[in-house]
Amino acid sequence: MSLPGWKEMPEGIVILDAGNAQEYETGSWRTFRPVVDKGKCTNCLFCWIYCPDTSVMVKDGKMVDFDYAHCKGCGICSKVCPVKAINMVGEGSL
Amino acid sequence: MKTKNFIALEGNQAVALAMKQIDPDVVAAYPITPQTEIVQVFSEYVANGNVHTEFVTVESEHSALSACIGSSAAGARVMTATSSQGLALMWEMLYIASGARLPIVMTVVNRALSSPINIHCDHSDAMGARDSGWIQLWSETAQEAYDNLIQAIKIAESINLPVMVNMDGFITSHAEEMLEPLEDEDVKKFIGEYKPIRSLLDVEHPFTVGPLALQDSYFEFKRSQAEAYKKVVPAVREAAEGFAKITGRKYDLFETYKLEDAEMGIIVLNSTAGTAKEVVDRLREDGKKVGLLKPRLFRPLPVEDLKKTLSHLKVIGVMDRADTFGGFGGPLFGDTRSVLYDVEHRPIIVDYIYGLGGRDVTMDQIYKVFEDLDFINRTGRVESLISYIGIRE
Amino acid sequence: MPVNIKELSGKEDRLTGGHRLCAGCGASIAVRQILLAIDKPVVVANATGCLEVATTIYPYTAWKTPWIHSAFENAAATISGVEAAYQSLKRQGKITDDDIAFLAFGGDGGTYDIGFQSLSGAMERNHNILYICYDNEAYMNTGIQRSSATPLGAWTTTTPVGKVRPGKVGGKKDIVASIAEQGAMYVAQASISNFRDLIEKVRKAVSIDGATFINVLSPCPRGWRTDTSDTVNIARLAVDTCYWPLYEVENGKWKINYTPRQKLPVTEYLKPQGRFAHLFRPENQHILEEIQEWVDSKWDLLQKKAQLFQ
Repeated sequence: MSLPGWKEMPEGIVILDAGNAQEYETGSWRTFRPVVDKGKCTNCLFCWIYCPDTSVMVKDGKMVDFDYAHCKGCGICSKVCPVKAINMVGEGSL
Repeated sequence: MKTKNFIALEGNQAVALAMKQIDPDVVAAYPITPQTEIVQVFSEYVANGNVHTEFVTVESEHSALSACIGSSAAGARVMTATSSQGLALMWEMLYIASGARLPIVMTVVNRALSSPINIHCDHSDAMGARDSGWIQLWSETAQEAYDNLIQAIKIAESINLPVMVNMDGFITSHAEEMLEPLEDEDVKKFIGEYKPIRSLLDVEHPFTVGPLALQDSYFEFKRSQAEAYKKVVPAVREAAEGFAKITGRKYDLFETYKLEDAEMGIIVLNSTAGTAKEVVDRLREDGKKVGLLKPRLFRPLPVEDLKKTLSHLKVIGVMDRADTFGGFGGPLFGDTRSVLYDVEHRPIIVDYIYGLGGRDVTMDQIYKVFEDLDFINRTGRVESLISYIGIRE
Repeated sequence: MPVNIKELSGKEDRLTGGHRLCAGCGASIAVRQILLAIDKPVVVANATGCLEVATTIYPYTAWKTPWIHSAFENAAATISGVEAAYQSLKRQGKITDDDIAFLAFGGDGGTYDIGFQSLSGAMERNHNILYICYDNEAYMNTGIQRSSATPLGAWTTTTPVGKVRPGKVGGKKDIVASIAEQGAMYVAQASISNFRDLIEKVRKAVSIDGATFINVLSPCPRGWRTDTSDTVNIARLAVDTCYWPLYEVENGKWKINYTPRQKLPVTEYLKPQGRFAHLFRPENQHILEEIQEWVDSKWDLLQKKAQLFQ
């Protein structure tokens, strides 16, 4: 995002585009990426409720994928998965 | 113009009355001498249903201004009042309010800062906040404090900057004076309905107030804020013009008194100006070419207007009711010298620090100041650039 | 109404990804769960700290709700002001918006320490607000300095482990009891690990017309010297050792919300954390014992208080 010059700053210290952090990708922070085995997944959604980065994608009550643009690879999802359906895989090995 | 309807009020009561007539959406305030009566009288208005205000009786001045910031960001018309240590405790939040461009209006009943602790008047409280981005209006009398407060709402909301209205602790805040308030409807009409540019309560249009701005953006925010102060002088004049139409009372950036043909002038804020005018009158009777300038808008400093008005003088005595400890004279002195640095025939400018901690300012002291200025005018000699007057040696 | 995770998952997240909190941060887990718990519009005030800094780095904000940060020690006062504006404008008919939930978030530094006065004031004035403390037991944003939430024996950068001092001297302030005893309408302790409990507490707090406070254990991998993947597991160990009991105080009535089937020794909670590693040296055995005694006596007292209101 290009930053505005001082004459273009809004009055007050504000960001008017609520939620635009979505445009900022933190995926490059990752050294390990979560990979889900949907064969094992029971869609309990623990990975989703415990994700600090809003990076578990759920559709119609089912875990569908990870948002790799934002996932920082913390590995919480893998640890809280009761059926061990999520593996952390080194980014370098992909 | 309405028929004159004078009533006797103390300065604090006058301020509380103005607040009642303004009827702000939110007041968050904490009691402190000598401001306390404002909070007390306003509480009675709240208790009797004379105002629609949500009165937040906070647990400190820091929280007072913090709550004002929250309310103002939520689109409310917001007021508060404080003095001395209270203003000092708000210091952190003063900058945040102005940076966030929130049009909060605050009365400051000027009182000395500790230490030692003291409850009486000087200007060290507001002077400590002079770089905080708040517009500062100063008031000689209760009438001026009342009038300034009503105009402050208009000024603040027209350019989204906070305003503090100053009056002298005890001298003005607790002295009864005949003054002429406006009719309630006239106040309402004059200030109009507040229409904020945005509000946190507009949940359909969420936004973020007060994010972190780092090396790449902080400077742009502050530069943009600095530009806003260019709008203050026109806004102050516009409010004064509208106010004069209702009341006949004329205000400007500062008041001059017999200054036009003067060779020697003093610059002095707030109530002491009243005493000094009396001295000017008597010296004028003796044929002395003396006059006075009383700043009303002190922040932002109206540099060009001051320059035009002061540059014909030969000697200027600045009277400062605050010191800058380790600086170079009082704050008004430093500003005055800076304003006049570029004029072709620069007046000689000397400083008199007076009245700290409520020390009485007598006519004799002001005579001596003028005697001193007269000596400088005649001889061109300055024996003491910065003097402390009215003090035991 | 029991918490239905599938139903929750259909709701929009009001804290987006792309914020700059550390990998494995407990605070953002807390915030997500809390915002998901609330159905009505929310206005948030945030104290200075990790959460505030990392979610709103200009020109980006991770908040889809109206949000305000003004300073460190005053999130409670700031949200008081927002709520007062709402009450005033609503009463005057100047706004017609629906019910809004007014939330404040502060870390333990901004809540237990520098913000304690403003929190206490806002609670006493009984604004219709919910104040959430995400407690990670130290000043993490400035680099892991001790706060009054730091427990006995913990290493921080201002309670380093030296030749004569083994980490923090003295225990943790009991903020939940403090706020409960001053008469707040609803006060609770929760943990990110037990999301159903947290969500139910948030729902209850928001439904109460008055000032409410929830203290949420939010582990910090950087400060606790734990693996980023262990954040939730460690929070769960805190609950299962009764280091961090889940309870609530509603109108002065104490209630325990969760009793572990088997109360684990506190060392189970301490051992995986680097900040307590030195306590496992033989010369520091007595500190481990002291922590266990503290946990036991607090748990015992809590049970007694809860029994009073059974």
